[in-house]
Amino acid sequence: MPLAAVSLLSAAAIAYEILLTRLFSIVLWHNFAYMIISVALLGVGASGTFLAFARPFLVARFAASFAACAALFGLSSVAGFALAQRVPFNPLEVIWDLGQQLHLLRIYLLLALPFFASATAIGLALARFGGRIGAIYRADLTGAGVGALLIVVALFLLPPAACLRLIGALGLVAGALALLGGGADPGAKQRRLAAAGLAALAAVSAAAWPADWLRPLPSPYKGLSLALSVPDARVIAERSSPLGLLSVVESPSVPFRHAPGLAVTATAGPPPQLGVFTDADAMTAIARLEGDPRRLDYLDQQTAALPFHLLRRPRTLVLGAGGGADLLLALYHDAEGVDAVELDPQMVALLRDDFAEFAGRLYEREGVSVHVAEARSFVESSSRRWDLIHVALLDSFTAAAAGVQALSESPLYTVEALGAYLDHLAPGGILAVTRWLRTPPRDSVKLFATAIAALEAQGVADPGRRLAAIRGWNTATILVKNGEIGAAEAAAIRAFAAARSFDLAWLPGLERAETNRFNRTAEPYLYDAAVALLGPERDRFLADYKFHVAPATDDRPYFFRFFKWALLPELLALRGRGGLALLDSGYLVLVGTLAQAVAASLVLILLPLAWLRGGDGGGLARWRIAVYFLALGFGFLFVEIAFIQRFTLFLGHPLAAIAVVLCAFLVFAGLGSGVSGRLAERRPRVALPLAVAGIVALAGLYLVLLPRLFPALMALPLGAKVPLALALIAPLAFAMGMPFPLGLGAVSRRAPGLVPWAWGVNGCASVIAAVLASLLAMHLGFTAVVALALALYVVAALVFTPVAAGTAPR
Amino acid sequence: MIAGLPRLAAAALALTAPAAAAEDPYLPARLEMVRVVEEIAAGVGGGDVPRVLDGRVLDAMRRVPRHEFVPPAERAHAYDDRPLPIGYGQTISQPYIVALMTDLLAVEPGDAVFELGTGSGYQAAVLAALGARVHTVEIVAPLAEAAAERLARLGYSGVAPRAGDGYDGWPERAPFDGIVVTAAATHVPPPLVQQLRPGGRMVIPVGPAFMVQQLLLVEKDSDGTVRTRALLPVAFVPLTGGAAD
Repeated sequence: MPLAAVSLLSAAAIAYEILLTRLFSIVLWHNFAYMIISVALLGVGASGTFLAFARPFLVARFAASFAACAALFGLSSVAGFALAQRVPFNPLEVIWDLGQQLHLLRIYLLLALPFFASATAIGLALARFGGRIGAIYRADLTGAGVGALLIVVALFLLPPAACLRLIGALGLVAGALALLGGGADPGAKQRRLAAAGLAALAAVSAAAWPADWLRPLPSPYKGLSLALSVPDARVIAERSSPLGLLSVVESPSVPFRHAPGLAVTATAGPPPQLGVFTDADAMTAIARLEGDPRRLDYLDQQTAALPFHLLRRPRTLVLGAGGGADLLLALYHDAEGVDAVELDPQMVALLRDDFAEFAGRLYEREGVSVHVAEARSFVESSSRRWDLIHVALLDSFTAAAAGVQALSESPLYTVEALGAYLDHLAPGGILAVTRWLRTPPRDSVKLFATAIAALEAQGVADPGRRLAAIRGWNTATILVKNGEIGAAEAAAIRAFAAARSFDLAWLPGLERAETNRFNRTAEPYLYDAAVALLGPERDRFLADYKFHVAPATDDRPYFFRFFKWALLPELLALRGRGGLALLDSGYLVLVGTLAQAVAASLVLILLPLAWLRGGDGGGLARWRIAVYFLALGFGFLFVEIAFIQRFTLFLGHPLAAIAVVLCAFLVFAGLGSGVSGRLAERRPRVALPLAVAGIVALAGLYLVLLPRLFPALMALPLGAKVPLALALIAPLAFAMGMPFPLGLGAVSRRAPGLVPWAWGVNGCASVIAAVLASLLAMHLGFTAVVALALALYVVAALVFTPVAAGTAPR
Repeated sequence: MIAGLPRLAAAALALTAPAAAAEDPYLPARLEMVRVVEEIAAGVGGGDVPRVLDGRVLDAMRRVPRHEFVPPAERAHAYDDRPLPIGYGQTISQPYIVALMTDLLAVEPGDAVFELGTGSGYQAAVLAALGARVHTVEIVAPLAEAAAERLARLGYSGVAPRAGDGYDGWPERAPFDGIVVTAAATHVPPPLVQQLRPGGRMVIPVGPAFMVQQLLLVEKDSDGTVRTRALLPVAFVPLTGGAAD
């Protein structure tokens, strides 16, 4: 039994999935990467359809078939990416040019092939060794868990293209391993020879793919490509990690002038800068600092400078250090000590090592401390208080304008997050958040609403007296004070804004006539929104506003989702007249992904049914199989995704989601699968109900327990949090690993011809579930997603228990 | 039909224009393009966005052979109301947006206009067709070269193209009556604000490639006060259900 080959192939496949997300985030944008890979994963569902037809032929030649599929994975994983990134697909033109959809289809097919190949191999193993399904599935899941962990580590050590070579080679090695199994039958010698051939091919493949084919080529419309089209501009350093590819660009002939929100009346511009692009977009700048930062006058001509005019030498916490611009802002204003938090250690390394001299040894200045951490968890686990907490504007204007982040969870901007920041302000301290301003406004209105909710959650009776907001033409800065804003401060804010042609958007006592003077919009949108949100009409305003601006919470952490369905008919009617420019592409891409996945899955699931009609059903009602494996696919992914979100918030780092939480879920589920066979032998009637009862009880308990437990334990060191998280995940995942092999084992005993179909149904459900989970979480929250999952598990148990126990009616 | 008269007049005008030879096979498509632009303006305009565009702007667009400004592969779409790729991650704007931006600049014959981001040269040609003296700078050298060659070949002697960085404007030719900034930036370049003549206007399309989400209009009063206006080129104004209309 090729357990090692299954594990290895499964590890390679999940590593490939994670790596592709990285690669296509560099080539295109994160949201399109997500869509392309989700749809390509339907290759797993297609493997079930294919095996439903080809099972007898392939099972009879199991070792050779498995090896061929693994080898196909090994070669097509690398070639698929190389070819797919050369398809001239431009998602920005999809609205205008329907021909782009053909390009997209080509990409789907190219990338679905490797997933199809690996899943065919594993589905084949499940079909071939029906009596040992638990063990095979264990090998599949534990392999995937370890693969997820290893690719995160590998992405720290190697560039993405090198990881791709390795994954391709691993696929070929898995094929070789499959050939080495088996007894001393007459074909054994040939198989050993073929195994040696595949191993040699693996070595050649790892080395021989031309580097140019595998280097990710960013779309010409991404910031890095545009920057490099400028004469003499060139990449002078690159650093890669699972968090992103950082490219440092020097442009000696035409300088970068990155100064978000600089007043139109500004008299000074930024000093020479290096551009730092994350995943070929989202530029931040490293400014050349020679001597005293207090000479950089442009810093004081941005909306973000406002809080420094209200506080004297504040102890400042900068969340999102990036290239250091916000540190400079604090130093310019003579801050009494600056703590700066940056998520990406590679970004910090750029400023500490490679470009330390250029940046004037900014990170080593007296009073400056830089912390590599996730901002929210840094604040929550700290016992300190600051005079000013400054949330930097690190995402690019273009990304914000296109709404590509709509499907990303953001722990930084929830009601709970703002509450945590407020808890860490000294008396009279200020939380300052700057956001890109769009017309009509979205981010700034939602941020204002979030601040009000956070203040109210702290028992503040009149939040309006603690809030202030100003705006230029493309940024807005919102202040939340730990205390009421006094007359002197209000006067200082008025003076600051007037001197820079910024507009007042909210202040205690501000009149409408004082707003919308310098940077005019059709109405003083932000002021009107502030008045409505602070008054009795709040709920009606939130319901009526054309965009979704109700505050994000930890249960619905999608700050960047602004789309409302009610808006769609109007915007579609304006299609081609700029209407769609107002949509947030991230949300629509999510919906589009779901629609494509559902349509393709229906075909993949229904197609073999027509073929299998005359075949042996073993008296098993197919609807029971379909409902069971659909429910499991949805239930497993819903629980996994919801708890990954919860545990990530607790562990305080997005990479923890993959390296610890996903890995733990898969490995412990694998172990559960491993013991499921024995459980089924000993207690055939109660095995399934027992497993489902365990899942429902544990997940239900966690829903109630974790929101109380985690906040109390936030301050623990990571070394204590990880074992705790593992201890909590282990029993739940262990139980979740059982229903699939229990069900598939029953199918295998009664109707082995339907095993591939069940495998395909589950594969399709998993893809749809992953997309649907995000959509449901946006609208209903993660708690509801878990509740739905538990209901699905119960349905699965009700439908299938008679089958598993051998009592289903024929 | 009265509505048809301006079109006939325009067609006559176009036939006599040097850039459009009598045999120009693209003329019907171009007239249709301008008709669509007028239709969109009527549907989309309101507030600060005009419902009826300046007839001189429309005439200019009836004369400028847009198909000459798009890559050969895109010629079939040259007169569609959509932006098109021109290489190097740049685009030629949607005709309606070009018309609107030109209208907002309120150019008079003889005005000096500065353009940051020549791209294909189409916007500069439309401005020149209105009688403006256009100073245009393109940062991407191959685009600058192609646009300069194209503008010269088509006889747009009113356009002075230059390859290079446009951030600092063109101080020797300043002040300008109008400025167009098509290159994306995190802020409005202060040198350009300084080079804008009091009473002059600057237009900046804002949004990712292929999408203009808003037009930023920068105005300098006669006393030198600078104000901006955010205009939505979309028929989308009432923000809350019962608030407007």
